[in-house]
Parts: sequence; C-alpha cells; structure tokens
Amino acid sequence: MRTDPRTTTVTEVDPARWLEEYGDALFRYALSRLHDTSHAEDMVQETLIAALQSRNRYSGLASERTWLTGILKHKIIDFIRKQVRELTVDDINALSDAATENELDRLFDARGYWIRPPGDWGNPDKVLHNHQFLDTFEICMENLKPALAHIFVLKELSGLTNEEICNTLNITATNCGVMLYRARMGLRRCLDARWCQDDNRKP
Amino acid sequence: MKLSCKEVSFLISESLDRSLSLRERLGVRIHLLMCRACQQMARQTRLLRDAARRHGSSDEDSPSSGDQALSEEARARILANLQQTTRDNTDHE
Repeated sequence: MRTDPRTTTVTEVDPARWLEEYGDALFRYALSRLHDTSHAEDMVQETLIAALQSRNRYSGLASERTWLTGILKHKIIDFIRKQVRELTVDDINALSDAATENELDRLFDARGYWIRPPGDWGNPDKVLHNHQFLDTFEICMENLKPALAHIFVLKELSGLTNEEICNTLNITATNCGVMLYRARMGLRRCLDARWCQDDNRKP
Repeated sequence: MKLSCKEVSFLISESLDRSLSLRERLGVRIHLLMCRACQQMARQTRLLRDAARRHGSSDEDSPSSGDQALSEEARARILANLQQTTRDNTDHE
C-alpha cells in the first residue's frame, strides 16, 4: 500500500485535503454509476461526511482513496435502493412486463424475429479501449429509464447478485431478470443505432 | 425446442445472471448456429458488461476519466458542509 503509517496516522484528519485530493475521482466514480451531476455531488459530500464521522475505524491499511471509495460504493447502493423503493408496484410491473413493452415489440416482429438485425460493433478488445465508444455508452446509459439504469449498475458495477438486488430493491426474481434484460436490450439497441451509424468510427 | 430471436435474446441476458438449464442451453446453441443476427446480439450483450466496468473503472488510465471534475461551486458547497460537520463534531466531543 502506498500509505506510509509513519506519515498518515488515524488522528491526522483533514477533510479539506480529502476533497482536494480525491474529490474528482470520487465524483467520477459516482457519476459513472448515477449519471446525474447533482446526485453524484451529493454522494461525494455524504461520503466525506461519513468518513469524517467514522475516521476512528480507518485502519490505515488500505489507501485513503480505497477507503473513501469503499464508503462511496455503499452510499451509492443505498441511494439507488431509496430511489427504486419510491416506485410503486405498478411502476415496477410496467418496467418488468416484457410482453407489453412497446420498445421491445419494435425490435421483433409478431413471430419474435428481428425487424432490424443487430450490426457489427467491431473488435471487442479495440472497442473497449475506444473512448468514443465509451462516451456513446455513457449517452446510452443516460437515455435509459432511471430504474433500469440503476438495476444495471447494481448488477454490473456494484457487483450484487440477482438475489441481493431482489432483496435490496424489494422486487421478485422474475421482475429483476426482466428489468436486467430490458436494461441490456435498451443499451444494446441504443449503442447499435449510434455506433453502427458511422462505420468510420469502428476500430 | 425451437426458440424465436426474442426468446433467445432473453435467455442470453439470463445466462449472464444464472446458469441456464440444459434444455435452454441447447435451444440457444441450436438457434445461434443458424442465426447470425442473434450471434451479433449475443456478442453485443456480453460486451455491455465489459463496457460498463471499463466505463465505471476508477483507474487513472480509464479513457473516460480526466474530463469530468467537481465544479468549483460544488467543491465550495461540499467544503462548507464538511467544515460545519467538523465544528458540530468538535462541539460534541
């Protein structure tokens, strides 16, 4: 670990320095999960306040940044839980009813075959290192319905299992599976439309 | 079991979250052998996971990092609230 125990002691706390040194990194971390500037700012603030209040528990074994990121990670899951729990049962049912969903119907014909077959995104290894692709991914995350974006983040970035997601959000396993499906199909369709439009950008 | 593209797309998503049953796996595999569109869809869907992780990575070398930062306004507001909390804590101690 980079932290030298001789120079950084548990009592040596300076939230202003945390903000200075880690504020932007924490903000980016939150923004990439919440896709909303003011929510991400709130998360940074809550994290630093929580860190201040629990500084006695910081062992100094992990780097400060890792410690703060760990707090932020939990703050984000908590935030998403509150957001999704504000939805009514009807909202959840509408979000997880694949059969009546218009946007999915537009992908497939009545027999369940592609109306417009998915395109070629190029070499996956190259695409993942292409910042234009990742910028497009960001735009598509912003375009997703918030609850679907939230559940996708819990699954793919917060590392929760489906079971943990169900418990956290208080939804059924079936709802969870369908919402993840709809999130993935929404993202995939958005990226397909934007990324395959301009073949020159493909690596 | 003959599956439609729509059914296969759901099972591909499910396969990222749980192990499919033998019957489901076979159905998907047979469909993919014959359907190029669904082969693309499966590649795209799997790529989303890696794209999310890459995009959400806090690594310094992550392509999406560096261009986003706290605004001066937000920074000042957060600092003021932190100082308030520090004062409150000191009062209690």
